[in-house]
Amino acid sequence: MHYAFHFNVVWDHWRDLAEGAWLTIELSAIAMTIGLVLATVCAYGKAAGPSAIRWAIATYVEIIRNTPFLVQIFIIYFSLPALGISVGANEAAIAAMVVNFGAYGTEILRAGIESIPHGQIDAAKAIGLSRLQTFRHVVLFPAVKTIFPALASQFILLMLASSVVSAISAVELTAATNSLVSTTFRPFEFYFVATGLYLMMALAFRAALGGVFWMVFMRGQQV
Amino acid sequence: MSRTFGLSEFLFIVAAVRWTLLLSLVAFVGGGVVGLVIAIMRTTSSRFVRLLTGGYIQLFQGTPVLMQLFLFYYGLSVLFDMQVDAWPAVALAFTLYSGAFLGEIWRGSIQAIPRTQWEASACLSLGYFEQLRFVILPQAMRISIPPTVGFLVQLIKGTSIAAIIGFVELTRAGQLMVNVTFKPMIIYPIVAALYFAVCWPLSLVARNMERRIDADLGVKRHF
Repeated sequence: MHYAFHFNVVWDHWRDLAEGAWLTIELSAIAMTIGLVLATVCAYGKAAGPSAIRWAIATYVEIIRNTPFLVQIFIIYFSLPALGISVGANEAAIAAMVVNFGAYGTEILRAGIESIPHGQIDAAKAIGLSRLQTFRHVVLFPAVKTIFPALASQFILLMLASSVVSAISAVELTAATNSLVSTTFRPFEFYFVATGLYLMMALAFRAALGGVFWMVFMRGQQV
Repeated sequence: MSRTFGLSEFLFIVAAVRWTLLLSLVAFVGGGVVGLVIAIMRTTSSRFVRLLTGGYIQLFQGTPVLMQLFLFYYGLSVLFDMQVDAWPAVALAFTLYSGAFLGEIWRGSIQAIPRTQWEASACLSLGYFEQLRFVILPQAMRISIPPTVGFLVQLIKGTSIAAIIGFVELTRAGQLMVNVTFKPMIIYPIVAALYFAVCWPLSLVARNMERRIDADLGVKRHF
């Protein structure tokens, strides 16, 4: 191996990498927020909706969970415009991530909802809470507490999967790296550093989500 | 002038399913070997070995597969100044990737076996590898099958990413046909349907096995 490493080339372009990394964070955070709302609505529909809605949600979840993310992106970005629905690269990326996270999130939340004992729901009914109030205070809150680790892992998977949206010219970290590689001809250095950045972002997100968990569910509770 | 999307184009895409399956098989078998070694090393008493394998898992689970693919395909070729073919690069990247995930799944399965099983087999004066081979692994295998099949689905979907570096499998075949026929709204849904046809039965099998094992272990599910 007689390769001369030139990591200073990477340092020269740190601004492009930082911008890419920031867009990755942005896309992931937006997609997670909207996706979480979608997942909550779907989980509620699946637990309490009429059978037609339950069936529709189950179909959505199964289709998304059994097809590749890349193909989902292609359908949103390349197939939909053929039907007259035109979307920009970033919007398509967010839409694909939302739809994807929504399906996995629905399944994770469903597992959490199933963990709530039925007596608790009856008790909520007995003290006069409405269906929605029951869902919010008695079912959702403790359910999310139970499945928070799974949700956090799924979010990190989403962040990592977002590298795939580089295939449709959304200039997040992977696409930024690709274009730097094609101008500097330093693939190893750039991919190595970008991989390191992803690893750091994954660790940082895990820590941040751990903080969120503590703030929402643990603070003020007696141990 | 573009081609029309006819039977031969359709068959080209269907035929590409075999490359997706072959790549998944190679990565699954290779990853199975790596994963078994990792899982066993993760459960040893040596702190150093556990740290080392933990780092490996963190590295491959905390970074995007696409980045790993780029590093193996573009990075290695400049590093060792040689032409790296798509097949070995992709196969190696997906093998190491699935090794990390299978290792983590199987570590969980091994650790789910009660300590007393180890102690009892030690009392029968079985050596460490005999304990593993005759007592622990046969039991761990049973609980590990559903998540392993679940990961296989994830792997099959994940191999679609190889399309980005030009490896011809199902997704790439779809892309190629889109390039010559300009029919993304027909082709990408067909590609998605083919993945679904492969993945959905596996998902159902995994879920059924999980239910059966849960039933044996007395885990209750409300739905």
